[in-house]
Amino acid sequence: MSALLEVNGLTKKFGGITAVNNCSFEVEEGSITALIGPNGSGKTTAFNIMTGYLKADSGSMNFRGKKIEEPNPARLYRSGLSRTFQQARIFPEISVLENLIVASGYSWKALFGSRTTKADRAQAGEMLEEFKLSTLADFYASELSYGQRKLLEFASVLMSSPKLVLLDEPTAGVNPVMIETMERHIRERNEAGVTFLIVEHDMQLVMRLCNPVIVLDRGAMIARGTPVEVQNNPQVLDAYLGS
Amino acid sequence: MSKAGIIRASAFFGILALLPLGVKPQWVINLLIFTLMYAALASSWNLIGGYAGYPSLGHAAFFGFGAYFIGIIFENSVGNGYNPFFILPLVGLCAAIISIPIGFIAMKTRKDVFAIVTITLLFMVQTLAYNWRGLTGGAQGKGVAVPPFDPATFGRPYYYVMLILLLTAMSISMYFRRSKIGLSLAAVRADEDKAHGVGIQVTTVKIIAFALSVAIAAMVGAVWGYYEGFIYPQFAVDPLITIGMVLMTFLGGRATLWGPVLGAFILVPAQQYFSYEFGATQFYLLAYAAIFLVIMLVLPRGILPTLTDRIRLKAKIVAEANK
Repeated sequence: MSALLEVNGLTKKFGGITAVNNCSFEVEEGSITALIGPNGSGKTTAFNIMTGYLKADSGSMNFRGKKIEEPNPARLYRSGLSRTFQQARIFPEISVLENLIVASGYSWKALFGSRTTKADRAQAGEMLEEFKLSTLADFYASELSYGQRKLLEFASVLMSSPKLVLLDEPTAGVNPVMIETMERHIRERNEAGVTFLIVEHDMQLVMRLCNPVIVLDRGAMIARGTPVEVQNNPQVLDAYLGS
Repeated sequence: MSKAGIIRASAFFGILALLPLGVKPQWVINLLIFTLMYAALASSWNLIGGYAGYPSLGHAAFFGFGAYFIGIIFENSVGNGYNPFFILPLVGLCAAIISIPIGFIAMKTRKDVFAIVTITLLFMVQTLAYNWRGLTGGAQGKGVAVPPFDPATFGRPYYYVMLILLLTAMSISMYFRRSKIGLSLAAVRADEDKAHGVGIQVTTVKIIAFALSVAIAAMVGAVWGYYEGFIYPQFAVDPLITIGMVLMTFLGGRATLWGPVLGAFILVPAQQYFSYEFGATQFYLLAYAAIFLVIMLVLPRGILPTLTDRIRLKAKIVAEANK
């Protein structure tokens, strides 16, 4: 397997705090990779840098074998790198269906075209079907429950047929049934060829779902391996529990 | 557009097109011209302030730009007739071109900061208008030669041009709603960072909205300048004009097609009434402020969104009951 995403020597400082410290890792194509670590270990900062929301102080990033010179969220998204946010971020004032369409990664030329074309509705309809949200298509997204919003955000970033999806705590704050639903969708999509990089605190889910697992501590990678390897790594135990 | 929408719009514009033929008193025509003017201004403001969620307070700068454009070109020629109306597209185009770099810089900021940046623009343009005497005539103002229109129907040409500008602004508004520009703007308004993260060309759509918005404002200003016949800096680049369009859009409902128009048709006659009642005092401004307070307290989203939500809720309850 080859690396879909390569991060080399990423560093980001906020004032005196080094959030990400010379961090390097790879995400292999077709994998469901977990990115774990104690609070404040730089997982979300790393996410923000990889998706172009934050500018790194130094380091570089390769996606699909090409160096990303100036990461820009919109361009990265259209080239196949999607992400979700820790707090589900959806557009509350438009309908569920439109939430999907707006995220389909259309080109600037399509801006002048119809708000929702037949093709848009068909594509979004399939996605709603897959996520069992069809009955909610015409509801405002503001009318959804938190779990449904998480699901909607996940579905919407799949609209651009991404190669790599970065999920920031996909199951935080949702009920156990929704966690299972989310897990199933991740597996199904992974089988269809989508690579995942997941930040997650639910260790049981990580152990079930992910391989490999990358562990960050104080902004740098301290371990990488199968869930079992990582679980038995003394450095990881130190990071979580303190020595 | 739905069938009901087409009927509503045709009826609205049909009645307004026929109105001057039946209504004779000059003061009524005058009031109607200002109502249409503010309806067009509010509709244009809605493109950026409503759909994009960027509350510009600098639109009067472009309004004044349009007025001076006409004032400077047609200063000395007598008997301009309809000529100033024919160059309106040029006025709009120039304003749009100027607005692109301004919008690009100003829209690096958001919400309240954007409002402050744009109101700074307004005062910069006002200062220019006061001090660039060679071009604007400074505080003494700039005169435009009065056209040789029939005194009995003097206001009619201005009325119809304002009506066309309102139609233009509403058509653009409609186009926004039905195209991906509007969909993208709705995303920008709700959460710009997230919108950027799902591949939306946020800068492009914001600039399109800003440029079209101020182009209309400039054209309206041009017609106003020609109608007034004399252009003074304090009236051409007047914060009250900006406040007017913002207030009307808030009253009727932001990001709706009819909200700004409804707001203008309520507030302009109300303002005329207040300034008549309170005479030359500035008390009507207090009335203005009071209206704004009431809107913010009772209808924070404006008349139309509140009503449509209520209807939607009722329909839902009925649907639930019928299950």
